[in-house]
Amino acid sequence: MTATKLPATDIVIIGLGWTGSIVAESLTAAGLNVVAIERGPWRDTATDFPPDYAPDELRYAVRYDLMLRPAQTTLTFRNNPSQTALPIRSWGSFLLPNGVGGAGVHWNAETWRFLPTDFVLKTHLTQRYGANFLPPDMTIQDWGVTYDELEPHYDRFEYLCGTSGTAGNLKGEKQPFGNPFEGVRSRPYPTPAQKQPYGPVLWAEAAKQMGHQPFPQPSGNLSEGYTNPLGVTLGPCTYCGFCERFGCGNYSKASPQTTILPVLMRRANFEARTHCEVTRINLDNTGKRATGVTYVDSEGKEWLQPADMVFLCAFQMFNVQLLLLSGIGQPYDVTTGKGVIGRNYAYQVTSNVQSFFDNKIFNPFIASGSIGMCIDDFNGDNFDHGPHGFVGGGYMGMVQPNARPIEMTPVPPGTPQWGAPWKKAVKDNYLSTILPATHGSCYSYRDVYLDLDPTYKDRFGRPLMRLTFDFHENELKMSQFLTDRLAEIVQSMGPRQIVKNPRKGHYNIVPYQTTHTVGGAIMGTDRTTSALNRYLQSWDVPNLFVMGASAFPQNPGYNPTDTVAALCYWSLDAVHNQYLKNPGPLVHA
Amino acid sequence: MRCVLFAIALSLFSVAAAHAQFPDKQSFEVIEHGGYMASAADCAACHTAPGGQPFAGGGALETPFGTLLAPNITPDVATGIGAWTDEDFVNAVQNGIGHGGAHLYPAMPYTYYTRMTRDDVIAVRAFLDTVRPIRNEVHPNQLPFPFNQREAMTGWNALYFRPGLFKPDAGQSAEWNRGAYLTQGAEHCGLCHTPKNAMGGDENSRDMEGSVLQNWFAPNLTGDRRLGLGDWTVEDIALYLKTGRNRFDIASGPMADAVTHSTSHLTDADLRAIAVYLKTLPPGGASSEPLSADTPVMRQGAAIYLDQCAACHTANGAGIVGLFPRLNGSSLVQQRDATSLIHVVLAGSRAVATDAAPTGPAMPSFAWKLSNDQVAAVVTYIRNAWGNAAPAAADGAVQKLRTALPGNP
Amino acid sequence: MPAAQSGDTATNARPRRSGPRLMANSPAAKSPSARAAAAQDRRGAEARPGVIGRRALLISTALLLVTRAAEAYAEGLLPGSGMPWRPFAGEPPDIAKPGPWIFFTPEEGAAIEALVDRLIPPDPETPGGKDCGCAAFIDRQLAGSYGSARGLYMSPPFAQGTPEQGAQAPATPAQLYRHMLGALDAHCRETYAGKSFGQLPDAEKDKLIGAMESGSLLLQGSPTTGFFQILLQDTRYGFFADPIYGGNRDMAAWKMIGFPGARYDYRDWVERHNERYPHPPVAIAGRPEWSRQPS
Repeated sequence: MTATKLPATDIVIIGLGWTGSIVAESLTAAGLNVVAIERGPWRDTATDFPPDYAPDELRYAVRYDLMLRPAQTTLTFRNNPSQTALPIRSWGSFLLPNGVGGAGVHWNAETWRFLPTDFVLKTHLTQRYGANFLPPDMTIQDWGVTYDELEPHYDRFEYLCGTSGTAGNLKGEKQPFGNPFEGVRSRPYPTPAQKQPYGPVLWAEAAKQMGHQPFPQPSGNLSEGYTNPLGVTLGPCTYCGFCERFGCGNYSKASPQTTILPVLMRRANFEARTHCEVTRINLDNTGKRATGVTYVDSEGKEWLQPADMVFLCAFQMFNVQLLLLSGIGQPYDVTTGKGVIGRNYAYQVTSNVQSFFDNKIFNPFIASGSIGMCIDDFNGDNFDHGPHGFVGGGYMGMVQPNARPIEMTPVPPGTPQWGAPWKKAVKDNYLSTILPATHGSCYSYRDVYLDLDPTYKDRFGRPLMRLTFDFHENELKMSQFLTDRLAEIVQSMGPRQIVKNPRKGHYNIVPYQTTHTVGGAIMGTDRTTSALNRYLQSWDVPNLFVMGASAFPQNPGYNPTDTVAALCYWSLDAVHNQYLKNPGPLVHA
Repeated sequence: MRCVLFAIALSLFSVAAAHAQFPDKQSFEVIEHGGYMASAADCAACHTAPGGQPFAGGGALETPFGTLLAPNITPDVATGIGAWTDEDFVNAVQNGIGHGGAHLYPAMPYTYYTRMTRDDVIAVRAFLDTVRPIRNEVHPNQLPFPFNQREAMTGWNALYFRPGLFKPDAGQSAEWNRGAYLTQGAEHCGLCHTPKNAMGGDENSRDMEGSVLQNWFAPNLTGDRRLGLGDWTVEDIALYLKTGRNRFDIASGPMADAVTHSTSHLTDADLRAIAVYLKTLPPGGASSEPLSADTPVMRQGAAIYLDQCAACHTANGAGIVGLFPRLNGSSLVQQRDATSLIHVVLAGSRAVATDAAPTGPAMPSFAWKLSNDQVAAVVTYIRNAWGNAAPAAADGAVQKLRTALPGNP
Repeated sequence: MPAAQSGDTATNARPRRSGPRLMANSPAAKSPSARAAAAQDRRGAEARPGVIGRRALLISTALLLVTRAAEAYAEGLLPGSGMPWRPFAGEPPDIAKPGPWIFFTPEEGAAIEALVDRLIPPDPETPGGKDCGCAAFIDRQLAGSYGSARGLYMSPPFAQGTPEQGAQAPATPAQLYRHMLGALDAHCRETYAGKSFGQLPDAEKDKLIGAMESGSLLLQGSPTTGFFQILLQDTRYGFFADPIYGGNRDMAAWKMIGFPGARYDYRDWVERHNERYPHPPVAIAGRPEWSRQPS
């Protein structure tokens, strides 16, 4: 099939999610012509997730109506290189996004910054604990960018979204009701923290009694109406409890739709093409310059879109896949440990403590995606790991974002799965049970990576990507530790019974855990161990920038989006101030 | 020598006098001014078809009497107005006489444009002369018999057309007069906002008390506090016209178009003038008694409102400024006719987006979900809760609109 | 050049199906049409042909110098024209219509009703799975995209993997149910002197279900734990899902646990700690108070 060549444009963006929208707004504001090519459909609040049918658990939370269909594309999976990878035929552990707005439509809007030490992890841990403290096959790296460099960009994203929270560290001054461990913040959150329901308040009291400083989870579900610097207005969250996996019906969850697109879509130099899948980033015959992209529209017709610059913004997994399929960068080889595309994949290690109470009405269905009170004492290197024999950590708290009945009808252990006893246990425990959780880091390892599957193909006949991943002992130890600490706090609340559910055993692709898949096209200072330089510019193809969590060399104990966006703004600064004036490699290594 | 100088001076005087009588259509200021007045008069609203070339016509206008197509007013000689003289143009715009002498239908608001100064109208012509000529043949008259008989307009005009330039009121400020000139003339607000009699003429005794138009109800703009702009300040009105939104409301439906194409392009001074003028309109329109909360319709409406509407418009109807219009104490929801409310509940609505206020929030469509009696109940509830008072919405009115609205599957 | 059209003129028509679904009891309801099935298909795997609104296509052709590029506008999203919108736009849910079995045969339906009524038995306060409509729910789901596994990756080769690699079997849920219900029926008739599952006394049914759960029951030589888990899952989905899908009749399951349903605003209740939420549940199709009650 010959592709039809289209008139050239300045910029082509692959994927119109969070980073695609941020890049498009930034570059169209500078007068450049931008084309964004999105695999999925157009989506907007009143026409795709209005309150009159958005709160539909079966459709969105169970049948994943807003997500990519595995039949469109999926991955194959195995725990380790000795196994044969098999297709993920139906989503489980993670739910991959699709459509305009990407995962930004149906995320929980938990908006966390990483710790300063997270960005220099290798150096910091080695200095503090010695190289021998780290597992020999752990491949963590420094990022090449520091927290201080990213701070203004974190701020920018938070003010774009109207993030609701309580600052913990304002210009170096610790604040009493925020996160005492966070990096320096130049100004307060744009809106105050959300109100908290009963469960988080009770848990916070218990945490405080035990000497911790609990604080409200930073939330992109806003506590009040807000107009952002682009002039776009968001509304206050109504605690409906239909947040993750759902679009927000009343403009109160930060998303590309509610923060950027109304302005972007009014610009005559911006064009969005939906239902079009980019199949390849094209290179010239030196292999060092991207000439544009090839994409297929919904009728199966192939098009060639030439451009001066390409921004790959397609969500972590597909960034890596497209680099592999386009022959950009050396693919990672697990046997030699050489190569960069696909190395340092990481995930997130979550756990919870199911807590059954008597005589408490928690109304757990009153929630937002980012509701909750947390402590950060056990995140990153905020505590001495020496006695414990692992590295990493996570935040923990009463952060339960929903109690939708298909997904959340807890029963005590030993309850039969069916029959009258099950029915009674469901009824008796629904309102009085809560699910505090931990959200732990996941560091990178030599035998955890992404590459192309040798057997299974997508609908275009291209290889699916293959995920090789299992939890390592370090992370399982960490998860047990975090769960135990959380259980201690919960125990002091006086529950009838608690059930600790630390992450255990092999990574299982079936039960949902999180969609925080990271790495595979990582940033760094050394081109032999990273795909991108510190400005997210491809080492191999200087007019290609790759945005997203694919750049993370490992995953700290926080949700990724705030950092994904901060890196995007940081990279765009370099594009505006350096690259556009003088195209070429921004770092010479 | 002195005779020559005198002759030159005389001829210069004549030339100057000539310029005073006829604006120079080639001059930059005149064309700029013409473009501005064309925005004020919102020529594009009808003469630029949706997605069509500017001023090339072809757009359909639904009137109670049938369909008209707006003509091509680009300078194209064959299919536009390129061959018209300036007198032809003035005659059409201000007297309702088309090229060749045929009457125009008052969908072309000559009944309002008659009040504009000749200079302003010529300036518009000068501007239109600079627009790209587009070949687009339009046959405007799509009305059924007998309405397609243009000669009948003679009688209509005799009854309902009052030709003549706007007469300033010496007792009012220059600002008020400017506002009155714009409102009664170029902006032709009354075309939508003044009730019409059966023959489509203005009911002048009920000036600006609101009127049904193309499945919307253009609201009351008089000084009535419940029905009109009585609670709006001059700043509220000016801000609304400029940005499409203020603390009460966000423009949607045909008013969204008017803001986008017309009022958002006016100067702050002109917008303020319009606001000052509107604020002096005396209260007009009949008030209602509120319906008791303890009736089946109100109880039904209250339940639907709580479950379906409160998540945006809030339980007490206050809304969120700039996002969800206020319902509590809002004149928009208390109009004598509930057509606009029923319309947005059934079809949804997208508020205007301007550069100053780009959000353009949209209301979803409930036609698939709510039956006629449910729509009627929730609309009636909104119109009578929180101290509001307005006539109930009838189930039959909902069904009528359901069938009439285009795009309803 | 006039600015973007706003309001409700159908300028920037997206090529979405313009078919809001109508409630079964809505006066404006139309009879089921091919569009209901098409709606299921629409969310499926196949790339559907880009349907470009005719006006949008004309605009594209007129505005662009390269006319072939007009076809690249898959959804009529015109540069600078703002957020696309048109009246009645939306993707309302596909509402399950009451009526006879669509997927199940009468015998299968009877067996499923009996099964769901033991998995979730009736009690004085809350109906069981059968009266809550769980069987009807499963029937409609199997008749739709769930049953045919539409949207899942169903390409070969199929191989048995580790438990961590998830389900790999090529059978669709529809095939699985048909096969297993047939096998269960054959087993019952053989074991219980010609009786079907539904004809057995409750205690016997429970015994069989327990055996399916534990894997001690072999049907056609294979353990039934996989089918049991799917049946249990689907029964629970039907119990707790919104009633528009055929189960959770009258929101009985939600009333049982105190879940307020498809509510969207708890602002007044977030900080009312340890207080029972007082309002009755509401479903996507409403609640009884949405009907006009006589005084």
